[in-house]
Amino acid sequence: MTVPVLEAENVVKELGKGAGKVIALKGVNLELVKGELTLLMGPSGSGKTTLLSILGCILTPTSGIVRVEGEETTDKTPEELAELRRKHIGFIFQSYNLFPTLSALENVRIALDVIGRKGYEAAKRAEEVLHDVGLGKRLKNYPSNLSGGEQQRVAVARAIAASPSVVLADEPTAALDSENGHAVMALLGRIAKEQNRSVLAVTHDPRTLGYADRVVRIEDGLIVGEERRPKGLDAPEIADLTKRRKVNG
Amino acid sequence: MILTLAFRNLFHDRIRLAVTLVGILFSIVLVAIQLGMYLGSSQMITAMIQRSNSDLWITAFGAKSFEEGGILLSTRERHQALATPGVKAVIPLVVAFAEWRKPEGGSTRVVLVGTDAEDGALEPWSLVSGTWQDIKSPDAISADDTYFRELGINGLGDTAQIAMGRVKVKALTHRIRSFTQSPYVFTTLSRARSLLGAESDKATFYLVQLQPGASVEAVRRDLLNRLEGAEVLTKNEFEDRSLRQWLFRTGAGLALIGGALLGILVGTVIVAQTLYSSTKDHLNEFATLRALGSSSGYIYKVILAQAGLSAVIGYLLGILISLGILYISRNTPLPLVMTPGLAGALFGLTLFMSAISAISAIIKVTRIDPATVFNR
Repeated sequence: MTVPVLEAENVVKELGKGAGKVIALKGVNLELVKGELTLLMGPSGSGKTTLLSILGCILTPTSGIVRVEGEETTDKTPEELAELRRKHIGFIFQSYNLFPTLSALENVRIALDVIGRKGYEAAKRAEEVLHDVGLGKRLKNYPSNLSGGEQQRVAVARAIAASPSVVLADEPTAALDSENGHAVMALLGRIAKEQNRSVLAVTHDPRTLGYADRVVRIEDGLIVGEERRPKGLDAPEIADLTKRRKVNG
Repeated sequence: MILTLAFRNLFHDRIRLAVTLVGILFSIVLVAIQLGMYLGSSQMITAMIQRSNSDLWITAFGAKSFEEGGILLSTRERHQALATPGVKAVIPLVVAFAEWRKPEGGSTRVVLVGTDAEDGALEPWSLVSGTWQDIKSPDAISADDTYFRELGINGLGDTAQIAMGRVKVKALTHRIRSFTQSPYVFTTLSRARSLLGAESDKATFYLVQLQPGASVEAVRRDLLNRLEGAEVLTKNEFEDRSLRQWLFRTGAGLALIGGALLGILVGTVIVAQTLYSSTKDHLNEFATLRALGSSSGYIYKVILAQAGLSAVIGYLLGILISLGILYISRNTPLPLVMTPGLAGALFGLTLFMSAISAISAIIKVTRIDPATVFNR
């Protein structure tokens, strides 16, 4: 049996207080394992990003249990949660969140610096992951000189630089055109398979479906369905199929 | 990377950086000038006491400063002091404000110092023209070349009148300045008494030199028991008393220190304001850092590094300008003084000021919710 690297057990999250209180998650159960790219899909306001934040130890659940590599997050202080993130979790954001004053290489190095990897070894590692995402020749470029797709690939490199067991991506293709969207999803798929990590991407972009090993659907704060990727079809075909279905449907 | 990020954050917005640096620079220059004036004033006030070759000073009771001792001590006190065990010599000194009548008309005040240099207690230092022998010649005095205009003279050989008698400038000192702006004029002890109309056995101070091995404190106690109506002070005590008189009783020192405090306050506020707004502008990046798992300490270090870099750059610019002002002031009646200690203290102050300024920015980042990274 595959051991989950990230687990949510009956997670409830209430946001706001008093009359403005909203129950964003109403008892979510989810397990993520290594080697899989999981998509978390659902309409706006369904609780996708809240769940991602809780799984990423950025928010704490109102009730329920979250385990990262078997370690419970309950009752941990913000500093202890930050330590969990440092050790096990890489993030990719919708709007990249790169440091505009740092070059591509420095943007990756700072993620390593945060976990205490410094100097030549860190620079070498940053260069290596940027090569892996196809930006070996753009190391010195600043975000303003990179396309959206390139910026997102820097963000991917930053997320995987410290070799986390889990990569959480929030709408990674939302700001990208079709070509770059496919490129980024292919990259995330490779990261899950070749580097044996668990990748969870929150999305409502149907173009991404073809790259998923597993699709989890969430609505109104509850997981309402889960499907496995059909074997034997390559990613672009699935994406096209999805498109056709949508047109036909 | 902390320094790199801090440096880039700072230089990203050059106008704000310029404002920060102007704030620090203004503060440094203001504090340097105020404290430079304070130090310069202190040195002027205590120069005579410091230069004296004495272990103890006997003054009339209540003497406020070197310039305001009165001419109240007599040979009786001197003999009593000389009879005290451990005392090697008791050397009289006459000091008093006196009217100086300029050769071309008009008058000003001088501080007349009557001393016998041969006694080895106090003599005019930095003589640039003439010698002590020249000052001993009839009617001779020494004046300081910094004060020619105030004294209405052009140099050696000029004559003037001090109080009751004519005097001739036979020697010149260089940059022996007076905090009271009444120039110091040196002459012999007996001529000073005569010019001031004092009796021939009177003195303002007795400078006590001790025998080798004698305890300053023991001799002082002994002297206090023997002398009535007189005080016995160590050099440090007399310096402190003179400083208190001129710097604090007159309010001059308070004004200087107040100016320095104002400089520190203004500098701190400007740096705090710019650091805060810089932090606010980079809040998203700090939230990203937090989401990436950085500790709070890491982010504080980035902010403190920004503050530290601003401090170092601002200090270097500020100290350069201060040194320029110092150079310009060297020939004025109140030259500014910069010592390595003051320069070091100013650097420490700049760092402290910048660290204090970073508090508001640190409070701001402490409240960062890393979840905001998903809202953009």
